[in-house]
Amino acid sequence: MAEVILEDVVKAYSKTEVIHGISTTIADGEFIVIVGPSGCGKSTVLRMIAGLEKITGGIIRIDGQVVNKLEPKDRDIAMVFQNYALYPHMTVFNNMAYGLKLRKFGKDEIKQRVDQAAQLLQLEGLLDRKPRQLSGGQRQRVAMGRCIVREPKVFLFDEPLSNLDAKLRVQMRLELRKLHERLKVTSIYVTHDQVEAMTLGDRLIVINEGAAEQIGSPLELYEKPGTKFVAGFIGSPAMNFMDAHISRDGQWALMQGDIRLALANGGVPRFGGQQVIIGIRPEHFKIIVKGPQSMLLTVDHTEILGADTTVYGRFADTPGLITIRLPDIHHFKSETILPLSVAQAKIHIFDRETGARI
Amino acid sequence: MLKRTHFNPSPLPYLLVTPQILITIIFFIWPASQAIFQSLLVEDAFGLKSEFVWLDNFIELFTDEIYFNSFGRTLLFSSLVAFLSLGTALLLAATADRIVRGATTYRTLLIWPYAVAPVVAGALWMFIFDPTLGIVAYMLEALGYDWNHRLNGNQAMALIIFAASWKQISYNFLFFLAGMQAIPKSLTEAAAIDGAGPAWRFWTIVFPLLSPTTFFLLVMNIVYAFFETFGIVHAVTKGGPAGATEILVYKVYNDGFIGLDLGGSAAQSVVLMAIVITLTVIQFRYIERKVEY
Ligand SMILES: Nc1ncnc2c1ncn2[C@@H]1O[C@H](COP(=O)(O)OP(=O)(O)O)[C@@H](O)[C@H]1O
Ligand SMILES: [Mg+2]
Repeated sequence: MAEVILEDVVKAYSKTEVIHGISTTIADGEFIVIVGPSGCGKSTVLRMIAGLEKITGGIIRIDGQVVNKLEPKDRDIAMVFQNYALYPHMTVFNNMAYGLKLRKFGKDEIKQRVDQAAQLLQLEGLLDRKPRQLSGGQRQRVAMGRCIVREPKVFLFDEPLSNLDAKLRVQMRLELRKLHERLKVTSIYVTHDQVEAMTLGDRLIVINEGAAEQIGSPLELYEKPGTKFVAGFIGSPAMNFMDAHISRDGQWALMQGDIRLALANGGVPRFGGQQVIIGIRPEHFKIIVKGPQSMLLTVDHTEILGADTTVYGRFADTPGLITIRLPDIHHFKSETILPLSVAQAKIHIFDRETGARI
Repeated sequence: MLKRTHFNPSPLPYLLVTPQILITIIFFIWPASQAIFQSLLVEDAFGLKSEFVWLDNFIELFTDEIYFNSFGRTLLFSSLVAFLSLGTALLLAATADRIVRGATTYRTLLIWPYAVAPVVAGALWMFIFDPTLGIVAYMLEALGYDWNHRLNGNQAMALIIFAASWKQISYNFLFFLAGMQAIPKSLTEAAAIDGAGPAWRFWTIVFPLLSPTTFFLLVMNIVYAFFETFGIVHAVTKGGPAGATEILVYKVYNDGFIGLDLGGSAAQSVVLMAIVITLTVIQFRYIERKVEY
């Protein structure tokens, strides 16, 4: 178990820089999730920590030791790959024992460790099988087992659940979390799936185009997204964004169609008169009795999911559809007008130029 | 059950397969049956009449010590050629799989020998090792090693082994490289994290996963060494000195065209044909075993 520290880590392929200086400290025993859209550089960061990619700039420390120049095998890490990377010609037992044999463990010790991991992962009856004789979920567990037996300082995961079907993914997610609570090994987990990230991580690093947009707990990212990108990425369905400008006194956000939103906590007087972007999450709209403060949504269409209903519609002549999510089942005909309101505290304001939170 | 598809009867499909069938008949079926027929005949010394002798030619062949010597020589030759060319190709492919810069040039250069005709390849090696003119022979001389493959049977054998292996390396290289690149990178990466160095990764991960390719190439190389090395032998040693490099396929030619024992030569080629058919059957039976990643 160990602390992992990234200091201004940069990665460039020939001339193209793909990671632009990421710094963070991952505490001992923490489960941290690196999340971002496909191609943003998540795997690259993970592979630099693993030692599979050279580090172009900056420093990576594991357990206090600078590992920049160390081979993967000397970093005392273990990694689960997206395609599991099980050795196809070896049995489950030998897949798990491969690393132990290389580290010169005795026969009995190897057997004991593999059996223990197999028991933990419910693989007991499968030790003599080849990977091709296993289901997707079982392969996933073997890949986990191969990491566990070595008792490394750090676990690395690169989208380990993305090849599983939806139901199994939810189940394995839970098992992973439970496993972490038992073993308490520092874990770095890469995914593009924000739900996975929110449910698994103690903290999340949101990456966009090779830079860390925000680092924080799932709730922090949800309640106080630091940038428009994070706000749009975290949460499902995604946050609605609307152009607006702030009144001179900074107390109101004024939008097209005469919508006036009162701002919380004394408003943002410093930004009076500025053009901004207002962000409101679909689940934060409430249907109210029509009043002077209500925003009028013209329904376009609805999706009824049972537990809740997603309504798509427009405010006056705003471009694009607004999404709102209401608990329970609602039947709205298209062109129905819904009076809505939003709690002041649930309104996010972003700079229109930089996307930074105001 | 598959549904029968109904096409209007048309001569087109037959027309389309005709060239292939013609080629097979003219260049394989016909000469093969000729050889089988010939192998049952004995022709008199002037080629005026022939006599049907059933399997006498084969009986004579299998009791002939010279033929057995040639058989043994061919086995030695082909196993050394297969071993040498497979080994070298594997080494080169492993290198090509690792390097990134200049990889294309490296690969192209390695593929060239395959484009060289066997006779030309043979001539090339013959010149390089020529006892009076050849540069390598000269250098060996300077090192105090007396090279003359025209007199020394073992040296002659070594020379055709080198020449034949050299020419086959490209072919093996291409298959090995393709095989290696089909192995997911993450497997060797996982092994690297597990603690294996490059050589150990190769022997425990890459090589076992290449085994279908290796097996395929092994059969192909034996077939090559048995049958396609005629041009090399002909250009370099002509089977000499004193028959030291007379491998089976060259003996067919020597006995038939030089010695004019058509029946005996035909019997030999029927034996060779049986060998190649057996190898091909083995190949088809086991090539089905594929690795799943
Ligand atoms: N070997 C490479 N050579 C050049 N560019 C690469 C290489 N590997 C990845 N990249 C680039 O780096 C960026 C990040 O890739 P990656 O880390 O795989 O993204 P993610 O895992 O977030 O989907 C991508 O734009 C990709 O094109
Ligand atoms: Mg990736």
